[in-house]
Amino acid sequence: MVKVTIDGVQVEVPKGSTVLEAARAANIDIPTLCYLKGINEIGACRMCLVEVKGARALQASCVYPVTDGMEVRTNTPAVREARRVNLELILSNHDRNCLTCVRNQNCELQELSQKLGVDSIRFEGERIEYPLDDFSPAIVRDPNKCILCRRCVSVCRNVQGIGVIGVNERGFNTIVSPVFDMSLNEVPCINCGQCITACPVGALKEKDDTQKVWDALNNPELCVLVQTAPAVRVALGEEFGMEMGTIVKGKMVAALRRLGFDKVFDTDFAADLTIMEEGTELLSRLKDGGKLPLITSCSPGWIKYCEHYYPEFLDNLSTCKSPHQMLGALLKSYFAEKNNIDPSKVFVVSIMPCTAKKFEAQRPELSATGYPDVDVVLTTRELARMIKEAGIDFARLPDEEFDPFFGDSTGAGVIFGATGGVMEAALRTVAEIVIGKPLDNVEITDVRGVEGVKEAEVSLGDITIRAAVAHGTANAKALLEKVKSGEKEYHFIEVMGCPGGCVTGGGQPIVDAKQRMDVDPRVVRAAAIYQEDRNLPIRKSHENPSVKRIYEEYLGEPNSHKAHELLHTHYVPRKKY
Amino acid sequence: MATSVLAQDTQKFAELQMVIEEYKGQEGPLMPILHKAQEIYGYLPLEVQNYIAEQLGIPITDIYGVATFYSQFTLKPKGKYKIGICMGTACYVKGAQKVLDKLQEVLNIKVGDSTDDGKFTLEATRCLGACGLAPVMVINDQVYGRLTPNDIEGIIAKYKDE
Repeated sequence: MVKVTIDGVQVEVPKGSTVLEAARAANIDIPTLCYLKGINEIGACRMCLVEVKGARALQASCVYPVTDGMEVRTNTPAVREARRVNLELILSNHDRNCLTCVRNQNCELQELSQKLGVDSIRFEGERIEYPLDDFSPAIVRDPNKCILCRRCVSVCRNVQGIGVIGVNERGFNTIVSPVFDMSLNEVPCINCGQCITACPVGALKEKDDTQKVWDALNNPELCVLVQTAPAVRVALGEEFGMEMGTIVKGKMVAALRRLGFDKVFDTDFAADLTIMEEGTELLSRLKDGGKLPLITSCSPGWIKYCEHYYPEFLDNLSTCKSPHQMLGALLKSYFAEKNNIDPSKVFVVSIMPCTAKKFEAQRPELSATGYPDVDVVLTTRELARMIKEAGIDFARLPDEEFDPFFGDSTGAGVIFGATGGVMEAALRTVAEIVIGKPLDNVEITDVRGVEGVKEAEVSLGDITIRAAVAHGTANAKALLEKVKSGEKEYHFIEVMGCPGGCVTGGGQPIVDAKQRMDVDPRVVRAAAIYQEDRNLPIRKSHENPSVKRIYEEYLGEPNSHKAHELLHTHYVPRKKY
Repeated sequence: MATSVLAQDTQKFAELQMVIEEYKGQEGPLMPILHKAQEIYGYLPLEVQNYIAEQLGIPITDIYGVATFYSQFTLKPKGKYKIGICMGTACYVKGAQKVLDKLQEVLNIKVGDSTDDGKFTLEATRCLGACGLAPVMVINDQVYGRLTPNDIEGIIAKYKDE
């Protein structure tokens, strides 16, 4: 530990801490813009400048390490002036159409300019007008709002191990973009949207599809069905000022009904179905000497990553569609038949924590009935926007239940929302099928938590299943390389494209850099997911009564011909450049 | 990709592979590789940058960022004759802009571009150090001084016919 004095307050912090962290410990708020804990710590924006006694000039506190006896001042006229001038310069060529910006009132630049008391722009200079890159079905890039903080570049390159956006050109012409002026749609971007949740401003955002949903809801000819992913219920509340980790399942269902959806279903039902299909696939690959390790296919970011970067593993991927696509296919077949509705009149909306699912829903192969399994994917943020626009007082809504049958789910379905959840859910079911008697403890904690790669061994009579879990594609890359070289051997691998899994997907509410210093949304939201698992009476997919019934009535058995037609898919290798 | 730059010329590709092999293990291999690659191909097209990225195991954005940062690297093929018109202070005062306008008109290209036949590339340069001859331009290593717009057509015609 080292002792430092910041603005006269003495604090003791671990050796290796930065001045910014030490100030935090002393309850002093130093403004930041390019800093994002653990992701982008480069001292580029000069917002966090402080005076360090004995130092030659003002220092960027986010990268300045503390030393014993150091004296720091964070609030002197020189510091305030320097920060302010830097901020004004950033603002001088920023597209300041704040009122119509998706990040209005949720923007770190806006907040800073208010905090630092910027009341006019002294430097009205030249601005380059860039065209909007909105060719991707998932992510929109607006370089006019970019402040060149590099948070997106770091998350894409270092956390995801991808690097499809970089810092190009120089000086006033500097731009964060893909190579050769290409669109995000033309480069091997996996649409994970981690760049969006890292962006402090409105330079990166999801492709907004809310108007398509308003139009469908307003069309009397359509039966408009909605389904919600597990991770949405533990994060949506944040958009309405609720504490992170609040479970708002009941209010979310109520809000969707008030928006006018004909039925409100739960993707968790399809998660249970996924376990039946994928578990059976695993057992048959084990039995028949099929391609191992089996790798999960729920995360469309991961799937596109595999198609671009590891095509040699495509045969390892489970052929299961991702859960919301499975449910979409069933709604346009089973549900439509039962209710005597033409599938062309069934409109399926998926509320997802994910931007990659917008791309996924457009895949031509995901249209089992001849119509797209899912018509529109909205992110958690877009749903919040619709609820606000509709004037629904979210916090005061009563708790309501999902509609029956396709709204019935288990704890195994809900834990799909956190990294390790699919693995745990699958093992709960596979273990019982193989052993033939109920598990003593359904909680497989080895696969939980935010460690990049997790391993577990589950003994099933005469075989021991070796399982691994990776989240974030850089972790997946490290794991796959070990499998490739033969260093590691597994039967079953879960990969989620986003670090933390779906709870911190690219479509989730944005948590600003300041909050991220104190709380890890991956941990807090996952805790809510596991709480929800414990709240549910049934915690194993194969015990879901509606899942049992759909096999009896419609699908036959897991991996049947009918199941393959509706619930399974295939993959294609994709080029990089 | 319509035509493959790498597959088109196996000798150039072999040279590129040798260059990458030479610098791969060393510290800071990117700059020397990019310099040599530009010597080999005359410019740094997408395919070449992508190949270097894959061989070095880094994202192509790392390479493209460097290639667009330094003005000595170019992403477009250069013409046989590189025309550099000096836009330094002395030449500018002596009417370099009018000479440049005429060059653009005669060649029918903009500054920074090359003609479709691959003969000419037009560039505006900083001071060439021949202020006494202002306004000045160079075509490859040949210097032309005290230019007026009227001289341009004749000079270009000489190279066109070669």
